[in-house]
Amino acid sequence: MHDTNLVLGGKDFTSRLIVGTGKYSTNEIMRQAHEESGAEIVTVAVRRVSLPGKGESILDFIDTKRFTLLPNTAGCYTADEAIRTAYLAREAGLGEMLKLEVIGDARTLFPDVQGLLEATKTLAREGFVVMPYTNDDPIIAKRLEDAGAACVMPLGAPIGSGLGIRNPYNIKIILETVSVPVIVDAGVGTASDAAIAMELGCDGVLMNTAIAGARDAVAMARAMRLAVEAGRLAYKAGRIGKKLYATASSPLEGLPDWTS
Amino acid sequence: MKITVNGREMEVADGLSVEALLTHLAVKREFTAVAVNREITPRASYASVALRDGDRVEIVRPMGGG
Repeated sequence: MHDTNLVLGGKDFTSRLIVGTGKYSTNEIMRQAHEESGAEIVTVAVRRVSLPGKGESILDFIDTKRFTLLPNTAGCYTADEAIRTAYLAREAGLGEMLKLEVIGDARTLFPDVQGLLEATKTLAREGFVVMPYTNDDPIIAKRLEDAGAACVMPLGAPIGSGLGIRNPYNIKIILETVSVPVIVDAGVGTASDAAIAMELGCDGVLMNTAIAGARDAVAMARAMRLAVEAGRLAYKAGRIGKKLYATASSPLEGLPDWTS
Repeated sequence: MKITVNGREMEVADGLSVEALLTHLAVKREFTAVAVNREITPRASYASVALRDGDRVEIVRPMGGG
């Protein structure tokens, strides 16, 4: 079946799965997981280098000619911190794409949508391709779109929780509310969660812990790739409606007569 | 003079440039960004920016994250 690409900041991506680079047991496992995931975009954090600047770096395990690096502003609690981090990432040569996070609370890691909106406005104006991590709130999603966000990334559940898509109805409403791509970011625990997001009609799924934290991260990366593809295909194929009672699949006519 | 680099205080030569500091600390240039006293130092100015006593320097690179 013909499918369109995921377009972000004017760039085309055939994979609808975005994966992280955090929490892998080894960098080599991460490299293999990236390979199996089929992802074309990988997220990275921007942090202080260890001094002196020797030792292994994740960048030694990411082919930056093949993978687009998507810097995040994880750990930022104000719009100002997030904006400064965005500029640092751009100066570091990480490009214009940015996974924007403005965190509101350390325990839930829920976004501070007020700060998020403010930072989105500023950074979109400055030419960034802003991909905000947000709540599953259609009103905020619309405001982010209006502020210039290149997509909206509602959470399925808290970051790293593995609780899946907790409010599929809100995700559905977000899909009907905005015209930019909708990418579920955070909460995915296993393959079916990713498939559900895609079956709802989401344009993509972003995950880190679900793969990196799995007992076999490389196998889970492949499972996620298949789930995203399966979910997307099912969405495009158009599922049947749900009914309470049975509808026979076999014809009722032509049954042999067994009455004596 | 004393400067603080990534939260660590260190003694360096007076007037040291950002470029010389990065070389001194063996920091790779690729995908690296530098800020001095909260202001980003553009890559092109590494050699011309002289650090001053008390400067707070941040040197960042991509790390694992989600």
